[in-house]
Amino acid sequence: MSSETLAGVSLLKVIVMNKNYRISFAIGVSLMILVYFFPIWTIELQAPQYPEGLGFNIWAYKLTGFNEYDLENINKLNHYIGMKEINENSIPELKIIPVVIGIMLLTGFLVVKLNKFRYYQIWTILLFLVLVAGLVDFYIWEYDYGHDLNPMAAIKIPGMSYQPPLIGSEQILNMNAISLPAIGGIAPGITLLIGITTIFLQSKFNRRAK
Amino acid sequence: MKFFFNKLKFLLPVLFIAPLFFTGCPSGDLTKGDAASKVYVEPGKYDEFYLFSSGGFSGQVTVSGLPSGRLFKIISVFSQHPETGYGYSEETKPLLETSYGFVPWDDAHHPKISQTKGEADGRWLFINANNTPRIARIDLSTFETEEIIEIPNSAGNHASPFLTENTEYVVASTRFSVPIPQADVSIDSYKENFKGSISFVSVNQESGEMDLAFQIIVPGFNYDLAHAGKGPSHGWAFFTCYNSEQANSLLEVNASQNDKDFIAAVNWKLAEQAIKEGKFKTWDASYRHNKMNHETQIAESKVKKGVKVLFPEDIPGLVYYMPTPKSPHGVDVDPSGEFIVGGGKLATVIPVHSFSKMLKAIENKKFDTVIEGIPVLTYSETIAGEVPDAGLGPLHTEFDNKGFAYTSAFVSSEVVKWSLKDFKVVDRIPVYYSIGHLTIPGGDTRNPDGKYVIALNKITKDRYLPTGPELCQSAQLIDISGEKMKILLDFPQIGEPHYAQAISADKIVKNVKKLYRLDENKHPYAVKGEKEAKVIRDGNTVHVMMSMVRTHFAPDNIEGIRVGDKVYFHVTNLEQDWDIPHGFAIKGMNNSELLVMPGLTRTIVWEPKFAGVYPFYCTDFCSALHQEMQGYVRVSPTGSNTPLSFNSGK
Repeated sequence: MSSETLAGVSLLKVIVMNKNYRISFAIGVSLMILVYFFPIWTIELQAPQYPEGLGFNIWAYKLTGFNEYDLENINKLNHYIGMKEINENSIPELKIIPVVIGIMLLTGFLVVKLNKFRYYQIWTILLFLVLVAGLVDFYIWEYDYGHDLNPMAAIKIPGMSYQPPLIGSEQILNMNAISLPAIGGIAPGITLLIGITTIFLQSKFNRRAK
Repeated sequence: MKFFFNKLKFLLPVLFIAPLFFTGCPSGDLTKGDAASKVYVEPGKYDEFYLFSSGGFSGQVTVSGLPSGRLFKIISVFSQHPETGYGYSEETKPLLETSYGFVPWDDAHHPKISQTKGEADGRWLFINANNTPRIARIDLSTFETEEIIEIPNSAGNHASPFLTENTEYVVASTRFSVPIPQADVSIDSYKENFKGSISFVSVNQESGEMDLAFQIIVPGFNYDLAHAGKGPSHGWAFFTCYNSEQANSLLEVNASQNDKDFIAAVNWKLAEQAIKEGKFKTWDASYRHNKMNHETQIAESKVKKGVKVLFPEDIPGLVYYMPTPKSPHGVDVDPSGEFIVGGGKLATVIPVHSFSKMLKAIENKKFDTVIEGIPVLTYSETIAGEVPDAGLGPLHTEFDNKGFAYTSAFVSSEVVKWSLKDFKVVDRIPVYYSIGHLTIPGGDTRNPDGKYVIALNKITKDRYLPTGPELCQSAQLIDISGEKMKILLDFPQIGEPHYAQAISADKIVKNVKKLYRLDENKHPYAVKGEKEAKVIRDGNTVHVMMSMVRTHFAPDNIEGIRVGDKVYFHVTNLEQDWDIPHGFAIKGMNNSELLVMPGLTRTIVWEPKFAGVYPFYCTDFCSALHQEMQGYVRVSPTGSNTPLSFNSGK
């Protein structure tokens, strides 16, 4: 564990010891507001002829290119291998994610208000399920995007698919595709971690107190 | 016989020793120095300076980098350029219209970068057309010609387009005096009927748009070169003139008789005031003003009428002549604005006039005589000094930031460095061969960069691999950062680089446009997407509104065109990515191909002569499937009833 993480856990310990786990949950839930203001995920395509960078950010409700015309240019390149156009209108998740995050925020703050340990546990499990569902959905989208190719495509390589990695980098033909969570994606992850750690420490503390 | 022998006795040792001198002392100690490392720009790295060279008889402008000398682009200005369709496409043809009709070429001499407070600012580049008097403005965010204005009442627009220190004006003048207004007169009536004109063209500081503000009618000499004052001399402009003999034949001899000709000092602030006070006449004139419309990217050529004319007789103090030896060519003003250096091409010294002395001479009325209302100042009253031993055939002078001047000497093929403090030569270096202009980055501004001087040479003979009778003209990069000048690099130029200007790259790079925005394209025949592509017939005229994108045309199959039709291909490049142009060419095209930048629409006319099927294709290797980017046009005989149809990917 890095020193920062240790410091974080110690801080949580202090909070829990003082029976103030409410504060840590309040901080955790608040972090999720970042989802509305920062991209969740970022996909970058690296190739020698794009020294200025090429890629796009996935927000809760929209897609944006690194440069103004990047999405358009990625679609132009992808049409050679028969990939579907990446288009905001064809991704219903961009309408669903803001609502789901909104519900999590509302219920999260409600739980903080009620301040029952039991509710905290339920809410954290719910958040875990939501995030796992999101990742699975993202993987399925990537899989479909990389595998469901136009049979009329100009470039067809038997056995080749173009699915970008979930997290990490992968060489796809001439492009090195890098897929990483961004602030808006990392924030709910941290919320979850804070939740789990607080529950864990609190349970330990409660046991010791008995 | 004995006499000859005696002479020979003295000459013999010279004949033997001389070649040792020439072979034993290569210029600038190239072999010993680290010249290569000084001009080496690592692959993938940018040069420090842009160099804009005039193309001379090519009519264009060449863009290269310093110190590497690498060529980046040829900007089409006064000459048609079939490579891109410049001057052939319907959108660019109007730029080359003149009052003499379509003039698709010229002789371009002096590129000038726009200035603010006496410093190059990198907004625009101006350049003159010498033959059919014109000034062009190039936008340095797109590196494209945006505007060309014709100069009426002029011939041989050589002293142009030198500009004032905030680009208030660019100037023009007559190297060839002519009857003004033009008239059918005997050439022998030169002294009586021929006049010169000095024109001031104002520049709109927002748009860059040029406007012929006024012309000064001056005696019929040959007005050769110019520079505006700066700092204290801001408000004045200086023009050399030769042929004060007013010869109209065999000028080589007849215009070389007077011991001194003149530098004309023009008080343009006074001219502005005279215009305000209505002290001008309006003369008939008809000239063209051609401008690219930013929204449609279609150039328009407008006929302009009339010009405000000023006469030195009517406005005392407007023009003075400073006698200058002998048939002066260049006139250059030092960074402080105090010294006005003449390049007396047949003189043995470089005359340096003082601006402050000139003002005093005017105040004290130290006049030798008056020519057509223009007082001639006494030479000794304006001269600050004469630089002795300044080489043979001194032409042009530029300045560094350490108080030195650098003069090109055409006949002795050298650059001579001299001090502005004591007017003494401190260094000289041979150049190969026959230097015309020379340039220092910012060397004619208030803030020169004293790193390099670039010699622009007319003759290259043995300097490069030979290419038959026609050889390239060249530039030579000379290091002037130390006490002694050192040659670093020779690099060939396109056409004839009369003059060139260099500017720090960072002043331009930050403004460079990468593409034209498709959503701002207001061309009436633009298509914003493939679905808008179509073919329309209107009598014998057919408009094909076609799109190009990697890697196909839409439409790419067209039928129903007939022999006798006039087919306009309006081709829009739908790409919105940097450096993805597409080309368009069709078999048997009588004009040119098109090279269309992302987001732009260009139109070329095709008049098919025979029935058949004609392929068209993209001429720029745009992508992996570039070879597939093609299509067909079916042409049927005149009067046939093949229905008009078009499609893409049916």
